[in-house]
Amino acid sequence: MSRHKRQAKITRDMSSRRRETLAALGFLAPNFLGFLLFTSVPVVVSLAMAFCHWNIFRPPSWVGLDNFTNLLGFHRESGRLIANDPFFWQYVYNTVFLMIGIPVGMAGSLIVALLMNQKLKGIAVFRTIYFLPTVCSGVALLILWKYLFNADIGLINKSLRLAGETIYSNKLLAVGFTILCAVVIGAIVTAVIAMLLSLVRWILDKFNIEGADALLKVLMVIAGAAIFVLMGAYGRSLYGTLNAFMMTPPKWLDTVQWAKPSLIIMGVWGGLGGFNMILYLAALQGVPSSYYEAAEIDGAGPWGKFWSVTWPMISPTTFFVLIMSVIGGFQGGFMTADVMTGGGPAGSTTTVEYYLYQTAFQKFNMGYASAIAWFLFAVILILTLITWKLGGRVVTYD
Amino acid sequence: MIRLSLGKKIALYAILAIGAVSMLIPLLWMISTSIKQPSEVFAPGGGINLMPKYFSWHDTKVNGEAIRAWWGNYPDAWHEINFFRLYLTSIFVAIVGTFGQVVTSAMAAYAFSRLKFPGRDKLFFAYLATMMIPGSVTMIPVFVIMRTFGWVNTYQALIIPGLFSAYGTFMLRQFFMGLPTELEDAAKIDGSGHIGIWARVILPLSKPAIATLTTFTFMGFWGSYMWPLVTTITAEMRTLPIGLREFVGQHSTNYTQLMAGSVIALIPVLLLFVFNQRYFVEGIKLSGMGGK
Repeated sequence: MSRHKRQAKITRDMSSRRRETLAALGFLAPNFLGFLLFTSVPVVVSLAMAFCHWNIFRPPSWVGLDNFTNLLGFHRESGRLIANDPFFWQYVYNTVFLMIGIPVGMAGSLIVALLMNQKLKGIAVFRTIYFLPTVCSGVALLILWKYLFNADIGLINKSLRLAGETIYSNKLLAVGFTILCAVVIGAIVTAVIAMLLSLVRWILDKFNIEGADALLKVLMVIAGAAIFVLMGAYGRSLYGTLNAFMMTPPKWLDTVQWAKPSLIIMGVWGGLGGFNMILYLAALQGVPSSYYEAAEIDGAGPWGKFWSVTWPMISPTTFFVLIMSVIGGFQGGFMTADVMTGGGPAGSTTTVEYYLYQTAFQKFNMGYASAIAWFLFAVILILTLITWKLGGRVVTYD
Repeated sequence: MIRLSLGKKIALYAILAIGAVSMLIPLLWMISTSIKQPSEVFAPGGGINLMPKYFSWHDTKVNGEAIRAWWGNYPDAWHEINFFRLYLTSIFVAIVGTFGQVVTSAMAAYAFSRLKFPGRDKLFFAYLATMMIPGSVTMIPVFVIMRTFGWVNTYQALIIPGLFSAYGTFMLRQFFMGLPTELEDAAKIDGSGHIGIWARVILPLSKPAIATLTTFTFMGFWGSYMWPLVTTITAEMRTLPIGLREFVGQHSTNYTQLMAGSVIALIPVLLLFVFNQRYFVEGIKLSGMGGK
């Protein structure tokens, strides 16, 4: 190649590279401008606002760290440490309390996904039905749940009362229900005792103790007797408690102690067959069947196969879903509080996000609200960093 | 997969059916309440039945008590909160917003996946990093920006801040990266510019990803709650969720009408789901890629 030609090629390359950069600018421009105006600039402004007092009607004034000390700080009052903003900590507690629903819902979603993963006819119909609450989620569904939880005319309390009264007024049903309660207690006690016995057996095996079989037999007889006694003693009282609960059911959203559990029940119901289930199902379908065959050859039963193959193989999904749910949980509870409870009773369903909204758009205390937002940001940042650090370690990737 | 025994099959079906009933009962009860008489809903001990006690095709009288037609709550709810207007606003905002977001995302994704320019990967990483910023951090300043522009209570406020999505860009970029380059090279030889390649090669090849993003974005706009609540003031700018919320505020105990309103509000989403079920599921799987 002559020098002249080479020079021409370089110029051509440069101009084509420049053309490509220009084209890239053009393609990026709309998104990038929006990104600047509605993400980058607001983040900086928000941080600045967190150090100001500002009610949007008058110009902001710099107050340094005041918002943060008022929000997060404590002061001494007659020898005791008192939070500067006790409401904030109550709402943080509410937000974390509501996250009890996350592990419960995840376990439920995993069970549903395991069911959906079976080769059964018509499984697609079930999947659609279980997904319906997710499709319907929104204000309309919250209105429905407010009605379901209504203390007087809600479906839940009407059903509970009807069932309670029917059982109470019918001798045969009452006896049957008592037996059922006894059986439930028996099952729980049996499970606990079985676990203890297997522990005892493991210890006996470990130390090769003489007469271990005889000892185990004696223990099993004692355990059987214990189960019967406990069933008899507590079956009746469990029946009494449950029947009283059904005859005079709680006033769900109207009471401080039941409002949060109500919202958790609603959340678990709505999420059972939703996003998490579909993620779990995809993960389950990705487990190679050869792994199960290998486990079978090793003599693993269904339970063993689950714990030795399925559970480790889907652990990345579990980890991802958990972290995303916790991140979502910290920012959650706004719509529920706004539509169903107004954050009450007595602030028991106010979450951090709802507090932020009230502070910013009802009290117009923009600086303080920005400080709350940055508290949320810090929590999420820490969670994300933990995910990055731990992600590769606590989780099995194959 | 091992073939299941008959007993196991029956047990599985039973468990699935119990779950399905518990999923459906609240929804069926919503429909049931929406076609009941208010008196039936409030009657002590009654109202638990799924089938309404009175079912008539037209207004009538039974034992001197006025009975409304079963569909009577629907027109009442429709007029009470001006559903027509709410629908129009919601549909307009969701369609324009979704279209805009998908276009800007697809354009940026093309630049990030197919073009070389200095600082590309750094910029893309910055995009990714912003996905973990909570919405509440940016919401207050964006509201202030809307106020400065004089856009509070306008369609601009409802649509424009939602047009730019790091998530959509990320999702489409991942998909574009997986597309083969042969067709593109052929188009280049035919003298196509970048716009031509983007519009005639990349976009048609990415239909599934775009359909998924469209479905998700539409649902996002349709269900959006906090932002429309903050930026709208007058009734005619309200979107459906906000209108419904006010309906609850005004008629907190009129449950037959409230349930009728809820049913009306759910119909479009259910229709979208029926026709786009595949994309719902695909979208969720894509968003869960972090798990892999």
